[in-house]
Amino acid sequence: MAFGAFAGGPAADPGIGAAQRKSRVVLLLLLPGVIYLALTYVAPLISLVLTSLQSPSPTFDIGSYVYAFNIGNYATAISEYAPVLGRSFLFALTATVLTLVIGYPLAYFIGVTLRRFPLLQSLALVLVIAPFFISFLLRTLAWKQIFSDEGPVVSFLQALAILPHDAHVTGTPFMVIFGLTYNFLPFTVLPMYTSLERLDLRYLEAAGDLYASRWSSFWRVTFPLSLPGVVSGTLLTFIPATGDYINASPSFLGGLDTAMVGNVIEQNFLVLQNYPVAAAMSIVLMVAILIPVAVYVSLTKTEELL
Amino acid sequence: MSAFDDAGADLELRQITKTFPGFTAIEQLDLTIPAGSFFALLGPSGCGKTTTLRLVAGLEEPTTGRVLIGGRDVTATKPHERPVNTVFQSYALFPHMTVQGNVEFGLRRRGVKDAGARALEALKLVQLDHLAARRPSQLSGGQQQRVALARAIVNRPALLLLDEPLGALDLKLRREMQLELKAIQAEVGLTFLHVTHDQEEAMTMADTVAVMNRGRIEQMGSPQELYELPRTLFVANFLGQSNLLTGDVVATSGANTVVEVGGVRLSIPTARMQRTSGAVTVGVRPEKLLLLTEEPKAKRGVNLLGPARVTDVSFTGVSTQYQVEFPENSALPGMSVFAQNLVFGAVVNPGAEVWLSWSVDHGFGLADAAEPGSSFAAAEADDTSVAVAAGES
Repeated sequence: MAFGAFAGGPAADPGIGAAQRKSRVVLLLLLPGVIYLALTYVAPLISLVLTSLQSPSPTFDIGSYVYAFNIGNYATAISEYAPVLGRSFLFALTATVLTLVIGYPLAYFIGVTLRRFPLLQSLALVLVIAPFFISFLLRTLAWKQIFSDEGPVVSFLQALAILPHDAHVTGTPFMVIFGLTYNFLPFTVLPMYTSLERLDLRYLEAAGDLYASRWSSFWRVTFPLSLPGVVSGTLLTFIPATGDYINASPSFLGGLDTAMVGNVIEQNFLVLQNYPVAAAMSIVLMVAILIPVAVYVSLTKTEELL
Repeated sequence: MSAFDDAGADLELRQITKTFPGFTAIEQLDLTIPAGSFFALLGPSGCGKTTTLRLVAGLEEPTTGRVLIGGRDVTATKPHERPVNTVFQSYALFPHMTVQGNVEFGLRRRGVKDAGARALEALKLVQLDHLAARRPSQLSGGQQQRVALARAIVNRPALLLLDEPLGALDLKLRREMQLELKAIQAEVGLTFLHVTHDQEEAMTMADTVAVMNRGRIEQMGSPQELYELPRTLFVANFLGQSNLLTGDVVATSGANTVVEVGGVRLSIPTARMQRTSGAVTVGVRPEKLLLLTEEPKAKRGVNLLGPARVTDVSFTGVSTQYQVEFPENSALPGMSVFAQNLVFGAVVNPGAEVWLSWSVDHGFGLADAAEPGSSFAAAEADDTSVAVAAGES
């Protein structure tokens, strides 16, 4: 859009030559970005689509495929992995709702309540980002330790007879959702914080003046005005969480029956060397994410974000 | 709460004090605003007028004192429980709602049945019903101001608070809105409390003006009363311009008090003086002065000063403003004279020798003595920024 605004400059402008020169400069400045995107995004995407249509090589060598138009890969991907796809969405959605429920009050606290104390506000923001300073893998493994069968949490809950003696926490859907929620929380909090930090409190005064109770002011004014942050925050969690394969992997927090799409794609690519199905699965995942996201964004009327 | 008085309600502030960390915004304020009146609270920024308004709206709590609306003590109630609506300085129109949605907001919160129809009616009153479906961001400043007004009056509050609502508008639009606002007040008959730092706006619109300074009300009365008979130095200077002279009371003759200023005797009606002994400051408005090019004969009932020299002449359209000095009498300060432009061109030019005269009836005496070189417009804390900061507490 910015491009259009420059290129379609005022025609009646006496300095039309200058306008044209300006648009040429703009094109030139855009070039590196366009080349970068073409090489790193468009080309791999085309390659992915082509791979997803390949057939096994006639020599039947494992991991060897030829270019074809084999729609069957998609049928295989969908029929075989539909439950995994469903589970991925369920886990990601649950984690997204949890990050929202935990993250919104946190973002509100930092963005609105702490506004009078800029130092505390900065400190709280640093704390939100602090986990990023330690490797994501390490942190996820640490949770595995904490929730391991002999670990403090399970032992404690068993001692209280809340959990039976043969119970596991790691490897369960609970643990995977816990891991997703934990790992993606900052991605939800930061955009919501940005929206809430900009919230003009005079709107809340006006709402109170117009007979809205605190509860009503929140739902009718604060929340709608922070919606752009809520939408981008939840998308930043939901999209990567759906394709995540670390949390659900048996090496980390998951088990054999918690596999998500990411795990299946990883397995097909790296273990089974079934590149076409892995590629087909990736495309199915992409489309499956894009549709609900588009509906979500249009329902919340925050299209201008995209 | 649902049945608001259509005629408005009295507002009573009793012994209100409001202190913020580090300073006192309002000191021992007592104020009664009768139902149905258009009341203006006038003062420079930092004088406590916005804080007063916020106390009435319930957006601030008084440190001590009580707020009564229609005889009911509302001091402890929340903003949404008070029969009060505010037109905010920033308008604070909800950006995510349409104009209609904004105007309906208060009605819907109170569960009023025909909110839509009433909102449209209020929009008609401010002549914006054709823009009901727009967003506030698509309107001009003047239109937004009118939406803010409609959003408040649609609720028929007992008391309507106006927080410098015309401050963001340009001069011409402000004039129009002043008249419109006054007409609307007459039409709906609500009690209006208007806060402003614009003395002309306060005088044009309000039937009663209270001049506020440093958290206190200096003087209260009709615009004419305040202008013609200011009681304090602050009012004399803040509301229009004044020529002020400091001297000693030397005699009382009949209804007049004689004050000697730099050897010249001036008569002031005793009834128009706040103090009638010792050193006093007396004044006269610049437009009451007559500029004479020849020394007139002394007359009863007329004060005379001169000879003086014209130092500056500025043409302002309806009037010409002359600055004069008294080179032969250093005890007399420079004075200004506003003369209506009844003829083309200035009557005298800079450098001319003139005499000033005015009817004794037009003089006034102040309660406080003028400090030499005192300035009432000293920079003070901006009360809006203080109010917003405090609003978050």
